[in-house]
Amino acid sequence: MATATARSPAAGAQAELERRMLRQMLLIRRFEEKAAEAYALGKIGGFCHLYIGQEAVAVGALAALRDDDYVICSYREHGQALARGVPATAVMAELFGKATGCSRGKGGSMHLFAADKRFLGGHGIVGGHIPLAAGIGFAIKYRGGDEVCICFFGEAAVNIGAFHEALNMASVYKLPVIFCCENNRYGMGTAFERVAAVTDVVEHACSYDMAAELVNGMDVLAVYAATQRAAARARAAGHPTLLEVRTYRYMGHSMSDPLHGVYRTKEEVEEQKKRDPISQLALKLKEEGVLDQAGLDALDAEVRAEVEEAVRFAEASPDPDPAELTKHVLVES
Amino acid sequence: MATLTYRDALNQALREEMQRDPAVFLMGEEVGVYQGAYKVSRGLLEEFGPMRVVDTPIAELGFAGIGVGAAMAGLRPVIEFMTWNFAVLALDQIVNSAAKILYESGGQVPVPIVFRGPNGAALQLAAQHSQAWEAWLAHIPGLKVVAPATPADAKGLLKSAIRDDNPVIVLEGELLYNVKGEVPDGEHLVPIGKADVKRPGRDVTVICHSKTVAIALKAAEQLAEQEGVSAEVLDLRSLRPLDEAAIVASVAHTNRAVVVEEGWPHCGIGAQVVDVIQREAFDHLDAPVLRVTQADAPMPYNKHLERLAKPSPERVVAAVRRVLYLD
Repeated sequence: MATATARSPAAGAQAELERRMLRQMLLIRRFEEKAAEAYALGKIGGFCHLYIGQEAVAVGALAALRDDDYVICSYREHGQALARGVPATAVMAELFGKATGCSRGKGGSMHLFAADKRFLGGHGIVGGHIPLAAGIGFAIKYRGGDEVCICFFGEAAVNIGAFHEALNMASVYKLPVIFCCENNRYGMGTAFERVAAVTDVVEHACSYDMAAELVNGMDVLAVYAATQRAAARARAAGHPTLLEVRTYRYMGHSMSDPLHGVYRTKEEVEEQKKRDPISQLALKLKEEGVLDQAGLDALDAEVRAEVEEAVRFAEASPDPDPAELTKHVLVES
Repeated sequence: MATLTYRDALNQALREEMQRDPAVFLMGEEVGVYQGAYKVSRGLLEEFGPMRVVDTPIAELGFAGIGVGAAMAGLRPVIEFMTWNFAVLALDQIVNSAAKILYESGGQVPVPIVFRGPNGAALQLAAQHSQAWEAWLAHIPGLKVVAPATPADAKGLLKSAIRDDNPVIVLEGELLYNVKGEVPDGEHLVPIGKADVKRPGRDVTVICHSKTVAIALKAAEQLAEQEGVSAEVLDLRSLRPLDEAAIVASVAHTNRAVVVEEGWPHCGIGAQVVDVIQREAFDHLDAPVLRVTQADAPMPYNKHLERLAKPSPERVVAAVRRVLYLD
């Protein structure tokens, strides 16, 4: 830790950024592990899609954006919510369906929202939110702003019409949107190459005359840098970008699904874990002398405590009032 | 009062609301350069420019979703569908996005958007282009659904829809666009959720909306002239929310009712209206309530078969005679 003081201001800032990203990835990892436990205990219901293995994507991408940029996600969005700064307490309470959840217990795991952070969900129909991202980009352009909208979706969404309609229009209208495809190789239990004629998602950008980049999603710094380039393109000229971020999910598609078995082998999962984004960044920071093992352990203890507190908060929070059932169906004038 | 076509009344509503609020924009197929498939948007591109009158590719799901996203980010989009038959491709965005986001966000993200376009049959367009979608749309909590029958209501309801903070479906009609009627000058707003007695009567209530209002009025005229029957014509105007009080008040007064709609009979709007009547006006009824609907079949192309399929003044007269036990 002492070596950090000897760095130049720029190197110090970079080290601080990397330390922050490591903390966020660790927080997501520990949060999701706790969510899995709570799910097994029946405290979380419904569908629950965990982000373990993919942490570098949300963390790297969102670290590259501003607070006034917009974020919209699919139903695997716990990581994005946490990386966006939605308190772990509010996210965990939402998974528990409590009144204190970030969507008042009415959205659940798949519909996390935090409008004050321009975090606009949490959407449950594969690919359905990709046109919404183009619409948010349209609103930015309409008002003459220089914000961007980032849209996270899985590679399986590339096969649905909404993806193609949205990318075409985002390119035709020149909308400041970053389409961030998290290619974790499997749509539920179906390997992408079994159902996609074109398996390099980036190639779809050619059809829409759009800038594109293939990114190593196990390297948080690579995701950060690619998102910075995409955001600069969007802010300067309103041009959209398609990022294909190659990542891997360690868990099953949702908590109801197996980790491996018929569609992938245990060996494959174990092999992928060797590229773990958290271990890689931790190693880098250790090698550079930014963090020693004690510092790393302290960081881990800190995020574990944060997650424990989130669980305590969620458990202690009340269920929504019965009157909430019919509230927010419409805006009451 | 000016006499306007239904088309021009809608055009006025759009123009006035776009002048009033810079967040309002129109998006859809052919709305700009072509001036609208049915010329509802005539002159708007010239007045407001291409950022506010936006031509789209033929991609209903995509541009409906762009509208919803823009509304989530604070704009007030008006999405035109060339017909509601094509809007079926966009149902995911209407049902799963527009109607759900306020609720699933716990009230954080309103979606103030209008989806509008012609609904129901025109003439000899066959099965895929001749469908009335109101029962589908009015089924969904989180949406409001209006179906104006006259130019005055078209203008007043569209203006209210644009100012509403919720997703509002506006069902127009290809065969209504040329209908002329008086439209009040100046600020003219029709509240969403209020039915309107288009013709007062004593003996029976004919409940209708959109194109079936003209059919009901024609039937009422025939009934008065030929049978001495005084029929009240109640135009629902809004299908969600439904003006239950107006339905009950009219039936309490006439004791008999016939419900007319363009849609199919099974799970139709009329079924919902009959539910209201049996629940809230049971003791006032002197006869079972009858319904006049499209035949329970896809729309045929042949014009004689098409005429048979559609509600008509003759079928309304026959239903009224039955509820009055005249046959």
